[in-house]
Order: sequence, then C-alpha cells, then structure tokens
Amino acid sequence: MIALLLFFALGGVLAPVLVRALGRSAFAVLALIPTAAFVHAAAQLPAVVGGGAVTERVPWIPALDVAISLRLDGLSTVMALIVAGVGALVLLYCARYFAPDAAALGRFAGVLTAFAGAMYGLVVADDMFVLFMFWEATSVLSYLLIAHLAAKATSRRAALQALIVTTLGGLVMFVGLILLRVETGTSSLAGVVDAHPTGPVASVAAVLIVVGVASKSALVPFHFWLPAAMAAPTPVSAYLHAAAMVKVGVYLALRLTPGLGDAVGWRESLLVLGLVTMLLGGLTALRHSDLKLVLAHGTVSQLGFLTAMAVVDTPIAALGAVALLLSHALFKSTLFLTVGVIDHDHGTRDLRKLSGLGRARPVLAVTAALAVLSMAGLPPTLGFVAKETVLTGLIEGSHDDGALVAVLVLVVAGSALTLAYGLRFLWGAFARKPGVAECRVPSRPNPLFVAPPVLLAASGLVLGPLASLIDPVLARAAADANAEGAPDYHLALWHGLEPALGLSALTLVLGVALFALIGRRTREAPGESLAPRLYGGAMHGVDVVAARVTGATQRGSLPFYLAVILVVTVGAVGAALVAAAGQGVISPEIRLADAGIGWAQAGVSVLMIVAAIAAARAQKRFPAVVFVGVTGTGMTALFALQGAPDLALTQLLVETVTLVAIVLVLRRLPARLGDRNGSAYPVARAIIGVAVGVLMAVVAVVAAGARTASPISVDWADLAVTFGHGENVVNVALVDLRGWDTMGELSVLIAAATGVASLVFVRTREDRTSRPGRREQRAALRERRAAAAAAPGWEPGRSAWLLAGRTLGERNRSILLEVVVRLVFHALVVFSVYLLFAGHNAPGGGFAGGLVVGLALAGRYLAGGRDELAAAAPFDAGRVLGLGMIFAAGTAAVPLFLGVDALTSTWFEAEIPVLGHLEFVTSTFFDVGVYLVVIGLALDVLRSLGAEVDRQYEEVGS
Amino acid sequence: MSLSLVLLVTMAVLYACGVYLLLEKSMTRVLLGFLLVGNATNLLILSMTGVAGGAPIADGDGAAATTDPLPQALGLTAIVITFGVSAFLLALIYRSWKLGRPDEVAVDEADVAVRTEGVPEEEIDGDTRAGDSEFADETGGADAVPGGADSDAPSPEEAPR
Repeated sequence: MIALLLFFALGGVLAPVLVRALGRSAFAVLALIPTAAFVHAAAQLPAVVGGGAVTERVPWIPALDVAISLRLDGLSTVMALIVAGVGALVLLYCARYFAPDAAALGRFAGVLTAFAGAMYGLVVADDMFVLFMFWEATSVLSYLLIAHLAAKATSRRAALQALIVTTLGGLVMFVGLILLRVETGTSSLAGVVDAHPTGPVASVAAVLIVVGVASKSALVPFHFWLPAAMAAPTPVSAYLHAAAMVKVGVYLALRLTPGLGDAVGWRESLLVLGLVTMLLGGLTALRHSDLKLVLAHGTVSQLGFLTAMAVVDTPIAALGAVALLLSHALFKSTLFLTVGVIDHDHGTRDLRKLSGLGRARPVLAVTAALAVLSMAGLPPTLGFVAKETVLTGLIEGSHDDGALVAVLVLVVAGSALTLAYGLRFLWGAFARKPGVAECRVPSRPNPLFVAPPVLLAASGLVLGPLASLIDPVLARAAADANAEGAPDYHLALWHGLEPALGLSALTLVLGVALFALIGRRTREAPGESLAPRLYGGAMHGVDVVAARVTGATQRGSLPFYLAVILVVTVGAVGAALVAAAGQGVISPEIRLADAGIGWAQAGVSVLMIVAAIAAARAQKRFPAVVFVGVTGTGMTALFALQGAPDLALTQLLVETVTLVAIVLVLRRLPARLGDRNGSAYPVARAIIGVAVGVLMAVVAVVAAGARTASPISVDWADLAVTFGHGENVVNVALVDLRGWDTMGELSVLIAAATGVASLVFVRTREDRTSRPGRREQRAALRERRAAAAAAPGWEPGRSAWLLAGRTLGERNRSILLEVVVRLVFHALVVFSVYLLFAGHNAPGGGFAGGLVVGLALAGRYLAGGRDELAAAAPFDAGRVLGLGMIFAAGTAAVPLFLGVDALTSTWFEAEIPVLGHLEFVTSTFFDVGVYLVVIGLALDVLRSLGAEVDRQYEEVGS
Repeated sequence: MSLSLVLLVTMAVLYACGVYLLLEKSMTRVLLGFLLVGNATNLLILSMTGVAGGAPIADGDGAAATTDPLPQALGLTAIVITFGVSAFLLALIYRSWKLGRPDEVAVDEADVAVRTEGVPEEEIDGDTRAGDSEFADETGGADAVPGGADSDAPSPEEAPR
C-alpha cells in the first residue's frame, strides 16, 4: 500500500511531463495507477472477507507514537475499490473530455492523480493523524481542482469557499482526534474502536469530529460549498463531489460508529444533520435548471441520507449504508459524467435549452436512466438492493427504538424527493420539450468518452441481480462499521413480499406524483439560502475586523512603529530587570574609570557626549554629520585606550569612509535638515531616548554583573597560537576560531553592497562611465596631449598627475589633492596588502586592509572624478565581491574534502633565501576573501553614491 | 566583573541621542541616529572587555593582562556591518530624493487607506450560474454541434505538445 502511495505521488509529479509528451492521452496512462490500486485491493479480498486485515506500518514520529500505519479491512477495501475504480475511470474519461489544447492540463493531471493518491491513503490509513493528513491533503488538492478554470471569478471563489469550509471543519475535527487520542491512549482507528470510549471527553470529541464530517460531506449547515464547487470541470465533480472526497465524511462516520456509538452526541447529531440535509438537498434539487446543480443538490441530499444511515444502530442498516455508499458512487459519477458528455457535445447544461436528446443519443439516455433507477432505488439495480436493505434495517430497528419510525418516515419522504429530482434530471436532459430546438446528433461520438459512464451504470445494473456476489465483502465492511458485527441478512434482489418492498412502492408513487406536480418547473434558480449568506457574512466580518485591526495598528508611520517597539522594549526589559533586582540577582560593580588612562578616557568621553548632543540638536546636515563623526573618532580613541588596536584601526578607517560616503550623498540634498516638517514630538522622543539610554546602561551593568564564569576566550591566546598559528588573537578569532560568524558577516556586506548598487543604478550594476582599456587610455592621452600642445600656453613636458584629471572642469580641480593622491595611492595599496598579511600576527587583517584600499579609491575619485575612479578600478565591484566570497567559502569547504571539519586551517613554513623564515597559514585565504569583499563594498559605495550619482546629476543638469 | 562608569555614561548618552534621532522623520537624521546607536552598541561591547589592558597579541612575552579578545572580535564585525548598513541607508536616502520625495520617512498611503476606507464591498455569490457551460466558448450555444469529442484530436503518437 505504501508502494502504491508512492506510485500516486510519483504519478502526480510526472503527470505534467507525461502530458507534455502524450497530450491529453496521458490521462489514460495515469489511469493505470488507480487501476493498480484497484487490482491490489481486489486481490486482498479473500483475506479480508475472512475477517482479517492487511496492515503495513512505517514509523514516522516515534516521539508522538504516530506511525504511517495502513490497514485494509472490509470497510477500507470497499472504499479503496470505489476510490481507485472510479478514479481510474474518471482519469480515462479526462483523456477525451478536455480539448487537446486545453490550458494547464499538465497541472490538472498531476493534481488529479495526487488527489486520487490522497483519497486512497485516507481510506487505508489506520492512524488518525495520518488519516487527518490525507484528509487535509484532499481539501487542498480539491481547492486546486475546483479552481482549475482559474480565469473565472466564480471558480476561484467557489474553490476558496470549499477550502475554507472543509479546512475549518478539518481543524475542529483535529481537536476532536487529539481528544480521542488522549482519552483512549492510541492513535489507531482500530484501537479507538476497541477502546470504545464513552463519557464527557468522548462526547466532546465526537461532536468535534461531527463538525469535520459535516463540513467534508456537505451536511447542513456546511452543505453550500458543494453546489458552488460545481464550478470545477465535470470529471472533478464526478470524482470529488460524487464518488470520493465527499464520501470521506460518511466513511469516517461508518468507521467510528462502532467506537463512538455510545458517546452521547455522535449518533444523535449525525442522524439529525443527515436527515435534514437529505430533505433540504432533495427539495433544492427540484428547483434548479442546471443539470449539474440538480445533481449537486441531489448529492448533498444523498450524503445526508448516507450519513444518517451510517449511524443507525443495527447491523442490517450498516450493511445497507455500505451498499448505498457503493451504489451511490456508481450512479452519481455516471450521472456527472453524462452531464459532462452533454456539456461537451452540446454546449450547455441548462435543461431549458436541451430537447430531444434521448432520441439523438440513446446510449447516453439509457445509461443515465439506469443510473437514475439505481439512485431512486428501483429494481433491478444495486440501488434498489441497497435501499431495501436500509429500509429493512430501519424497520427491524424500530422494534427496539421507536424513534426509528420517525427516521423511516423521513427516509421515505427523502427517497420520494430523490426519485422526483431523478426524473427531473432525465426529463431535463433527454426529453423532447415543446418550443425548444432539438439537439442534433454529434457527428462522431467517441467510444472512449462514453465508455466510463456506461461501464459505471452497467455495474450498477449488474450488481443488482448479482448482489449475492458482493454480499460477503459488504457484510464484512458492515461488520467493521457496526458494533454488533456482521448482519444476519444478505443482499439480494428479491426478499419476498416484505414491508420494505411496500415502502419502495410507496416511494415510487410519491416520487412520480411529486415529479408530475413540481418536477418540470423551470423557474429561475432559487436565491441564496441562509447558510451561504451566513458564510458570506462571516467572511466579510473577518475582512472588516482585519481592516480595523490593521488600521488601528498599522498607522503607516515608521517613527510610530519604532517608538512602539522601543517603548515595549523598555517596558518589558525594564520590568524583567526590576523583577530580577527584587530577587537580588544583580550585583553591580562599577569603577570610575581605568587606572592610568582614566583622564584620557574621561576627556574623550566628554567630547563624545557633547558631540552626540550637538548632533541631536543640529539643524544643518553637514554640522550634524561632523558631530556624529566626532563620536566615531572618539570611539577610535576609546578602543585604542582600552587595548583594542584592531578595533581602533578599523573604526578609524570606517569612520573616514563613512564620512566620505555621507558627504557624497548629502552634497546633493538641501543643507537644512527636516525643513519641511520640522521635528515632531521632540519631548516624547527625548523621553523615549533617555529611557532607552538608561535601560541600556542598566542592561550593561546587569550583564557585566552576570559574567561570573570565566570567559570562553581565556584559552584563545593559546588556541590562536597552536590552532590558528597566529599571534593576533582577534584576527585569528575572525578568520579561524569563529570563522562562521565572519562568513555570515561577509554575506551581509555583499547584500548591503548589492542593495546600494541596485538602489542607485536601478537597472544594472555595471559602471557605464567611459572606462577605456589601458591601450585606448594611452592613445587618448596622447591625443589629448597633442591637442593640448597645439593650444596656447602649453608647456611641453608637463603631464597630468591623474589619468582622467583632464576630464574635470578646471574649477573642480585641485592640483594639491591630485598630487597627494598620486603620491599616496600606490603606497596605500601596498600598505593594505601589508595589513592583510601582517594581520595574523599584528593589528590589521582583511577588514582593515580592504578599507585602506577603499580609502585609496575614494582619494582617486575625489581628486579625479568618476572617470578617474573607473581608471583606478577597472573591474566590476560585483566580481570582486563574488571572488571574495569564493575565497572565503573555499577556505571553509576545501577542508571538508580533506576529511576534516569546515574552516580547519593548517600552515606551511619554509626557509626562503633572502626573505628568510616564512610561514603561511591557510586561513589567510579566508582573510583574502574578507579583504576582497570589503574592497567590493567600498567600490560599490563609491561607484553608486559617487560616480553614478554624479552622472545622473549631470544628466539632469545638461 | 566591573564596569567603567565613564564608558557607561557615554554609552547611555549616545543611545539616548541616537534614539532621539532615529525617531525623526528626516531620513538623514535617521541615518545619523543609526550611526550613534551603532557607536553606542560598540561601546556596550567594549565595556564587556572589562578592565583595560594590553592588546590581545599572543607574542609570547608573557603579558598576563591582555584584554578579552572575544568582545573585540564581535565589535570588529559590528563596526564593518554598521558601515555596510549605513551605506545602504545612504543609498535609500538618495533613491528617495531622486524619486522626488522630500528627505523624510513618508507615511505609508496603503496603510492609511486601510484605516480610512475599510474593506471594499464584495459581491458574494454561491452557486454557479445555471447552465454555465464549460464549453460555451468553444461551441457557442445549445444547438451548435461540434464535430464530436474526438474529431480534432490527433492520436497520442502525433500529438506533440
């Protein structure tokens, strides 16, 4: 069975490929999978009829004792035969139903196959949670199938409605299943039945499961989704909404009745809901003119009938219910497929437009008539046998339980309605109607197209007289669906002149009379009943509440959100701290400053404090930027004082590059800050600011007080030397000991660089400034020189300091800057390489080195403009970033191939003439990656915020 | 472990000023606030190194009093990431300016629309319309008779798709 489920899954996945290769005939190939399931189930019949069960079990969630346990007993086998058999025929039918060029056929084939698999899994599952999983899978897949004609709003809405209703019921049911699991201690359906739970918990569980059953099997008050779901293609309606999916509620009712039958509420609620649904559905079916809707409401009615019979407490009724289940699957899918043929060949399903089809298509008419006979429970069909059995069961049961008399009356009434709308269907589809143009015969009817309904109808006919053949199987199934075991009754066409036969005759008379009275009315379709209006109202209510909540919380103002977040942070963390203080956990130790450097620290701090406050109060951009820069530079000093040279170096470089970047952008913005709106709520903001500041100070004190264990980094100094083979502990930590952190950081930097570039370049990251190659550059330079030499005032031998210096306007040039940049650029680049390689043992490293290159490039740009930047860095920033990441990731990955952990480093040392003793640690490659990524980031920033901004500005200016 | 009061006070002031600026509408001020908060956070990390000491360079001269390298490694990462994110903010500011918006964090109009307009009324319908054929487009009505189900269907072998 698990192998079959895998086949279904595989078929679902491969269906689009098959459809692409074979066109719509792929459906015929896919039909082989349910056929295999059918054959498999049929092969188990001898064992199952003997009372045994075929089981398979694969552990799934051992911690919860949930296993994929499958169990094929009598009831499951009958269901599996129905699901697989009808599934195969419907797939076959699809092969001719759809136009060869129908859209999205591959997806449809895949979903339908997967659906058949989910159905199969559902009926063979023994574990409640596995069953639930398949239950939900059928809901989701049916959503996709109903919405197949996705261009139609009705399709989409109907699909969503079906999904919401069935998953809502499914969720409620899930709670019930969990209650059952807790109450009985097993998640096996067979186990639950054996446990036979009663009592309040079982009753609550039962009622919750009833909600699930009712939603899935379209019982009142959830019945409305099924007629709406007729927006699906007709094969889907035939399979999902007649034979398979809607039956799972009935199946579960049958399955659990022997276990939950004595839990108060189970039988009662299902019986009442079922009977009400039966009558309501039958009445509604008589009022519709769309053949498919007649069938849909008829299905609702039949489902109610089936569910009610499933919980009647006699073995004979259980046998009748199972027989009804089978016959309903056969006749209702026949009828749906017939409607599909009519719709396909004649372009309408409206019984007011169809006329004379019976004469034009006798085979189809006979097929439908047989199905209606079975539906109405008239001889000699299986439907008749089933209904006789049900009636007998009710009559026998009513000797013990007087209430069943009422049930009997309602069933007879419902059956009369069934016959009436069945006749309406036949009349509507096939009769000749005065005043309606007759339908003509299609020129070439397709046998493959009509075969599935004929086959289904024929089996309904043949199984009537031959009911004794299937009697053992259905009796076994009834025994599984009934606490009292197998019935003392056998399915047969003729039981003699019994009371049930009299009731059938009565039904016949009543039904024909009903049809004669109201069956041929063709008024407009009825308006919406209460339930769908309630559904619509509820959905609208959800929308309104969602809009209100969104409107109340999503003000659309970022500062507002931020303020809320900060206030909550202060409140929550503050409360936790106060609580902790109350328990005396906090033991702060505060020193004034560090010995020896206290005055320096204090001086820098005062400067930073003043600068920060000034920045907060500044009204113009540049002063504000400079004030913030002062705090950053102050950080450098504090780092250096504290004994963190790497941080000091990096902070200084970052501060400089940030300042350059900010100035590059801000020169294009107006000088005054926020001159449009001013500053809103300064007092509130100040209060929040102070609160956050105080909170963070307290957090720092508490965090420091909590650090009582010796730090993890105590051993780092030794580790750095022995493992990382470097002396600069911080650098070794970055590239080796905690290399994964750095790897993550590199990813962030790449994302930021890409973000910057894409925000400014918008379309392409490529630098489109003129970037001549070296040769062209020299040629251009020679040309310019020649031109300049011809100009007056030219002094031979005087050359430009920068390659692209001459592209700048004279007013924008600073010879001093050009000279300095020209002199220090190469030195800076060499220095950066030194920092990179020295960083392993002394302050420096990839970050610092990369930033130095960034600064050098910034110098070139500031001195010579965007052409100069292009000449200085004639490569794509994205490539540099990517190359850097390849280096870093390579350093991480290569050790894996050598059989050690990722990022493991090793080192080589050698005596080299002239240079002396040299060591090389492989983690240096990682640092090279860091170096390149930082260069890429700096280059992207300069190119985007500098060069490209210039270009766009010039474009607007010119 | 003990904390330096000087660093603590500086950190608190930087946080306060940073948050004050972050809550501004002006995007440039938000950026500056972000930088201040970044610096404050680096100070927080720095104060966790404990007492100031020598640089954590294990050059074997046996200096016992080096500072804790772990917060330094974290701080180094934080500094560079702050740079990356501020560059991104700068690009955002520029983009926003380029699109003709003032230098401010605009109020999201879609959010405001939800608040002021609520849910648009939607038509709720249940059943499909009667006789709504799936094939109406192809056949054009009740009496049109297409050439049969299979008339235009090529056999599987000759139906390349």
